[in-house]
Amino acid sequence: MKLETVLTGHHFAFKSVKEVLAKANEKKSGDTLAGIAASSDLERIAAKEVLSQMYLSDLREHPVVPYEEDEVTRINQDSIDEEVYRVIRGWTVADLREFILDYHTAEEDLHTLSRALTSEMVAAVCKLMSNMDLVYAASKIRVPAVCNTTIGLRGTMATRLQPNHPTDDLEGITASLFEGLSYGCGDALIGLNPVSDTSARLGEILKRFDDIRSRFEIPTQICVLGHITTQIEAIRGGAPADMIFQSIAGSEKGNRAFGFSAETIREAQQLLAEKGKAKGPNVFYFETGQGSELSSDAHFDADQVTMEARCYGFAREFHPFMVNTVVGFIGPEYLYDSRQVIRAGLEDHFMGKLTGLPMGCDCCYTNHMQADQNDIENLSMLLGAAGVNYILGVPASDDVMLNYQSNSYHDAAAVREILGLRPIREFERWLEKMGIMENGRLTDRAGDPTIFTAKGGRG
Amino acid sequence: MKESNSNFLKNLDSFYQFSKDRGYNKENSISGKAGFHDIDIREDLTDPELKRRPLLDHPQDPHALERMLRATTARIGVGKAGPRLLTRTLLTLRADHAGARDAVMTDVPQEVLDRLGLFTVQTRCHDKYEYLTRPDLGRKLSDEGARIVAERCRKDPDVQLIAADGLSSTSITANIEKVLPILTDGLESRGLTVGTPFFVRYSRVAAEDHISEILGAKVVCIFIGERPGLATAESMSAYIAYQARVGMPEARRTVVSNIHKNGITAVEAGAYIVDLISEILEKKASGVELRAHTF
Repeated sequence: MKLETVLTGHHFAFKSVKEVLAKANEKKSGDTLAGIAASSDLERIAAKEVLSQMYLSDLREHPVVPYEEDEVTRINQDSIDEEVYRVIRGWTVADLREFILDYHTAEEDLHTLSRALTSEMVAAVCKLMSNMDLVYAASKIRVPAVCNTTIGLRGTMATRLQPNHPTDDLEGITASLFEGLSYGCGDALIGLNPVSDTSARLGEILKRFDDIRSRFEIPTQICVLGHITTQIEAIRGGAPADMIFQSIAGSEKGNRAFGFSAETIREAQQLLAEKGKAKGPNVFYFETGQGSELSSDAHFDADQVTMEARCYGFAREFHPFMVNTVVGFIGPEYLYDSRQVIRAGLEDHFMGKLTGLPMGCDCCYTNHMQADQNDIENLSMLLGAAGVNYILGVPASDDVMLNYQSNSYHDAAAVREILGLRPIREFERWLEKMGIMENGRLTDRAGDPTIFTAKGGRG
Repeated sequence: MKESNSNFLKNLDSFYQFSKDRGYNKENSISGKAGFHDIDIREDLTDPELKRRPLLDHPQDPHALERMLRATTARIGVGKAGPRLLTRTLLTLRADHAGARDAVMTDVPQEVLDRLGLFTVQTRCHDKYEYLTRPDLGRKLSDEGARIVAERCRKDPDVQLIAADGLSSTSITANIEKVLPILTDGLESRGLTVGTPFFVRYSRVAAEDHISEILGAKVVCIFIGERPGLATAESMSAYIAYQARVGMPEARRTVVSNIHKNGITAVEAGAYIVDLISEILEKKASGVELRAHTF
């Protein structure tokens, strides 16, 4: 394996695969904070060049966290389709990039390829892709998933409706929920981040969501995003749930910092098989985001793109209904500005799709980042073009509980119209029945949350 | 007035309809409801009362909409222009975000610090960029800052008070003059020695640990700007610790957050924190250890 190169007359040498991966990253403040970023632009390109000539077998044999020490590595390595791997192990990362982009490589080929890729390979090829490469390559791959409805079919873009409230007030949550439905949001999920992580609270909100769903016969999924153990407790106590949510990390140590392991997810899987309300088979919702491993000192000196790819390798084992990167939530010490956030959003979506996940994105930012709503609108249009399964919808982009901004309820409707995309088919039929949407566009009646109040319903 | 000479027939139906919906007079498009001179320039987009007013025209159930708006601070009932926000909603969002951005990126005015007699030291960060991207550097005073603090401050006080910009200079500007004098008077009236207060630029919460070690303070209390939200950029927190040491667990801090005019007011916070610090000194514990003593 060659770990050195000459560029503009300068000699660049690297000590390990891990170092090459880190230095080949586009500039991210989190890698600088971790002390592993390239020290100059030229060193960054030198690392990319070395990476481009690395064999896929080099990456398979050098996971950034050792197999013996880490269940995320083990799950990923053990899931590899060895038959396909034998065909591709002698390819360079440059070959992999060009195979993915090639006109002769069909969508089915990419699904077959996916099963032979470890997370390190996925991260490596991502680092050789330009932003447009990331959009183009991802747009070749659709990953549908089925819970109550089917997400991710070509020509659709769904939304998670996020009706958060600063004190979990049921009427306040319901008001935001009605507003969102009236804009055609909520086909991926009606999903709330609770303030209070207790099973009683989760049960109460799930029951409200379930009641509204049955009353208006809404074809969708519901979830309250408490900790996985709290959700398990709530479901055992009889709460109506379709799916279980958890934030995940790219190392076992990172997952432990989140308070769970693969075993906890298997326990949840069994419970949902017995007590879940959804038909399935896809009943998990995972959230990720570059930098979370570093924030819990669980990154093993690996860069944040590689650690993010490892989240996807782990997630694939559990066949989720939805995965999303909460890309701009973490703050400027990991992703400094809109340029880094947009890059990260495109990277994460591509890596998720290449891994075989039904990938969505919370296009978002906090107020201490160098970004604003214009940047997040850009990202959502780019991801719409890339074929993202879903984006978020919050009232006028302002989440009054999490204190950050994401896409507004309005954005999903606009992105769909601009790019000729539709909601999930069953949900669109329901919107038509309610008089909210016609021919893929919002009606005059849309945007009125009171069509769902007591005297509401149609007419 | 110049008339168009074109031969094709213009269809102005949608123009007339839009004008009519907006209450304009068909012939001359002068507003029928509010002329230019009626605009009240004192009306502030960021006024919470104003934000509670629905912009949606003709809701099916106006009373239900009012109930909904009372139940949440979320921006609902906002209406739409095509699939986009109305201009007013868009500008209100931009105004709230601008306030939050300014809170992060500007400095506390020197006059405010002068009125309180606070001198300024800096952490190891050189500018806002470094402050935002290197939290590790914001947790320690610069060598010069540490020297100045050691020279100018009273040693071994019962209580050391510190003001710090954190992620919102605006919150310090809005609150610090109200809270600091109350606290100093309150603590001294209980016979406690209060150290020489000062201001730290580019500071994270844990800078108080470094300062506590330099000065040998029994209790350290840093007032620091919280990450601003769209609802308010003026929220300040106090982080209080007993015998704070560099590298101690975060759980050893007692926090009073949400100090601003629509949360806990600075005056209320001042009185409360005097009691809290007295209790911390008495129990010789802060954070989770203090709570363990209380129960």
